Amino acid sequence: MAMNPRRKRRLLWALGLIAGVAVAFSIILYALSQNIDLFYTPTEVVEGKGKDAVKPAVGQRLRIGGMVVEDSVKRNQETLEVEFLVTDIGPEVKILYTGILPDLFREGQGIVAQGVMIEPTVMKATEVLAKHDEEYMPPELAEQMKGIKHVNPNQPDAFEGNQ
Amino acid sequence: MWRWLHPYAKPEVVYRLLGRWLPWVAAAAALTLGAGLVWGLVFAPADYQQGDSYRIIFVHVPTAMLSMSLYVALAISALVGRVWQLKMADWALAAIAPVGATLTFISLATGAIWGKPMWGTWWEWDARLTSQLILLFLYIGVLALYHAFSDNRNGAKAAGILAMVGVINIPIIRYSVEWWNTLHQGATLTVFERPPMANSMLFPLLISILGFGLLAAALIFHRMRNEILRQELRRPWVKNEFGKELNEAERT
Repeated sequence: MAMNPRRKRRLLWALGLIAGVAVAFSIILYALSQNIDLFYTPTEVVEGKGKDAVKPAVGQRLRIGGMVVEDSVKRNQETLEVEFLVTDIGPEVKILYTGILPDLFREGQGIVAQGVMIEPTVMKATEVLAKHDEEYMPPELAEQMKGIKHVNPNQPDAFEGNQ
Repeated sequence: MWRWLHPYAKPEVVYRLLGRWLPWVAAAAALTLGAGLVWGLVFAPADYQQGDSYRIIFVHVPTAMLSMSLYVALAISALVGRVWQLKMADWALAAIAPVGATLTFISLATGAIWGKPMWGTWWEWDARLTSQLILLFLYIGVLALYHAFSDNRNGAKAAGILAMVGVINIPIIRYSVEWWNTLHQGATLTVFERPPMANSMLFPLLISILGFGLLAAALIFHRMRNEILRQELRRPWVKNEFGKELNEAERT
């Protein structure tokens, strides 16, 4: 179908504008990609991030995100102090935290901790957030499929089986 | 195709057509939205991890999905309005943008309300949340530009350019959770894979999505009719249309 040349020019102009801005934004986002990441993974903390393998320095303020290692959560019985290990695909980083953890915090669950590195693999966290995944199912199904003995979070003794 | 489409470029034809569809779409919206929300909020089972808190998904996911698809519709209207210079495509900007902005705001608000008990924070500047906030600003910007000029055609032109350029944000929102590591989890609903969600939760979610979609359509049809009237106020067909109704009102 032959297009009116003026329309054709306007169409090319509009598509060119969108394409140009898209290219500009992809370059900007590519350049900023490391800064857009919300957190470092434990592997990136231990082995370094990116091509230059930059490791965070002691005293640096950052966020670390990973899975809470099973059986690594140690609570101080008198205070709100808690320490635990997080991992992703191997290396582990220790997180120290004083405060109330979110409801979804449990071993094997993803978390994001923000704080200051006090040793190369130890962070003193000021904030611990829980991540959850994109799976949704009723408790009975979760028990069948995953063998998870869950946990109606509304029951007062809900989390005792986990500890 | 143009010959077939041409009658629909007349404002009065579109006005009457939307008026005929509106009650049906509105009724279907009330039905599906009611069914989806009652099923989801009352009858669907609680989640194994999140308990009842996850139920906000029945509002959060439909509004978030629609906020993005309405933006694509907005950008397409803007493109058609710029390239083919169709007045009605320009007016569609004014019809779609407030509905999209409201849905975006609802998705941000429900997300924050969900985030506080589950993640432990109302807001985090991660890629998904930030790009969705930018979407809200884009909608508001399109609306502001549309109404910023005394000559409506200039407003539609400026708003249309912003709407077209802003469409770049849509893939960024969609893939933000894959390209960068974020606090927000990945997508549950994808086109090609079976969603990792039990059917007893998935069906009410899909019905809610349909319900919010129909509601958005009904609101947009209504706003489009208003915008057509606003723009065509001095045209004879409007006077005929409402003159007739006035006469009838006088007779009864």
